[in-house]
Amino acid sequence: MIHLTAAQMASKLIAGETTSVELTQAHLDRIAAVDSDVHAFLFVDSDGALAQAAAVDALRAAGEKLAPLAGVPLALKDVMVQKGIPTTAGSKILEGWRPPYDSTVVTNLKNNGVVILGKTNMDEFAMGSSTENSAYGPTHNPWDLTRIPGGSGGGSSAALAAFEAPLAIGTDTGGSIRQPAAVTGTVGVKPTYGGVSRFGLIAFSSSLDQAGPCARTVLDAALLHEAIAGHDPKDSTSINAPVPQVVAAAKSGDVKGMKIGVVKELNGDGYQSGVRLRFEESLELLAAAGAEIVEVSAPNFEYALAAYYLIAPSECSSNLARFDAMRYGLRVGEVDGASAESVMNLTREVGFGREVKRRIILGTYALSSGYYDAYYGSAQKVRTLITQDFNKAFQKCDVMVSPTCPTTAFKIGEKSNDPIAMYLNDIATIPVNMAGIGGMSLPAGLAPEDGLPVGFQIMAPAMQDQRMYLVGAALEAALLSQWGAPLLSQAPELVGK
Amino acid sequence: MSSLSRDDVANLARLARIEMSEEELVNLSNEFTVILDAVARVQEVAGADVEPTSHPLPLRNVFRPDVVVPSLTPEAALSGAPAQEDSRFRVPQILGEEA
Repeated sequence: MIHLTAAQMASKLIAGETTSVELTQAHLDRIAAVDSDVHAFLFVDSDGALAQAAAVDALRAAGEKLAPLAGVPLALKDVMVQKGIPTTAGSKILEGWRPPYDSTVVTNLKNNGVVILGKTNMDEFAMGSSTENSAYGPTHNPWDLTRIPGGSGGGSSAALAAFEAPLAIGTDTGGSIRQPAAVTGTVGVKPTYGGVSRFGLIAFSSSLDQAGPCARTVLDAALLHEAIAGHDPKDSTSINAPVPQVVAAAKSGDVKGMKIGVVKELNGDGYQSGVRLRFEESLELLAAAGAEIVEVSAPNFEYALAAYYLIAPSECSSNLARFDAMRYGLRVGEVDGASAESVMNLTREVGFGREVKRRIILGTYALSSGYYDAYYGSAQKVRTLITQDFNKAFQKCDVMVSPTCPTTAFKIGEKSNDPIAMYLNDIATIPVNMAGIGGMSLPAGLAPEDGLPVGFQIMAPAMQDQRMYLVGAALEAALLSQWGAPLLSQAPELVGK
Repeated sequence: MSSLSRDDVANLARLARIEMSEEELVNLSNEFTVILDAVARVQEVAGADVEPTSHPLPLRNVFRPDVVVPSLTPEAALSGAPAQEDSRFRVPQILGEEA
């Protein structure tokens, strides 16, 4: 049962062939069996999930009309607050904290009857590309337990690939949904900025952060997308417009006559040969499905990484000021006569990990008087140039595509001491965040040289998220008929307990 | 070539309210030489004629109706407090104890 898609699980629930309690228990059993190897979860809410499942089953038995995903389980990234459930964002500074309120994403999930299994591991405050920056230890890639599952949302992607959950929530500031999806052979979507409310999402970089759906199929991602998206008065940057019709697009998958722009600058040198191979094959499949492949150029994308590593740290240095040891979270150093300032300094020393401190200091520097124009100001200008590149390119095509990442999953520990090498993972995903548009990653096959999943990225103009689902569904269908079975059926069996 | 000395990092850490060991200060100072070189590339294309973008959405002054809605109770708001007293957050000494 756990190997079904979320849409299939929903159909079985509607047909009365299973119950949400059974389905939830099956996933809890799977978590108990394999999560000691994978470490996708930081907290498993067995009682809460089963209670939620029983409530959905009771409503269904009473003949209530339920939402499409009612009764289907989901894994929630630990950056999203859920009332009464330990929420850490992967940081020691929030260890043991139980939020007194629900994020809007959680409220929407609950209103849709989606069962929340627990909280998934992540790089501390979503800063990282490997989940190695979690204060609670790394998550392991189910394709090869010695490798990273991507980051920051490596817990969510690994939970999907290990069949611990059919759906997950991620957040994407520079690629934290798409890169984990790429390296685990799963699907991840970063909606248009403002498409999903940020209320209750622990802020890293407010002008870039965006929550979105993670799943094993394009249709499942679309179903989850529609469940969580929509205007929220509690988030002033939430878009007040109808949610794009992504489920209809995922069911259609019709790309006849669509123009698909291959980004010249996001290919070639620095991209692993198997990544390039699977990317080129995917383009051929899309052409065979009736799309027209064109080349587009985005000359300023090469500056996106540099701009990102100024903008994101600048915003995080401000956002993380709230962790001050006064109102919630960790407090250390409170000896007799200690000042609030010394308690703050000591708490933040102990509570924050290396990467978080590195970025706070970098952001503090980039925003400081005398350096502001040279660093943060220049980065904001690059942001304009990247948006202009997208606008020009979208005059020639309906969507833009690239490999999601330059390489397949690397070994745990391989890049953890080289911040610049680690940052390069996000070279193809960051431009999307800078412009606030939508991006999707879906599996394009395995790289022949290492047998690991390769991600195919689709980028669509703001508020045209349905276009990613059209192209994603078309490619997924074409690849599936080649493979004969979903890519994840080729992943090694987890032994577990 | 940009760089930050150990003392520069110490000053930034003080501004950011993070206590740092001597080892951390030195390590960060070394790392920043590399990181600042990488990020300084933004200056190559950031001409005076380019407008900055601070946010992806063209939003200005979003308002909502000013109506009273239920908010957190004092108990809920204090539920995560490291210390509390009389329905308030209890915090360490903020001002110098001269008086």
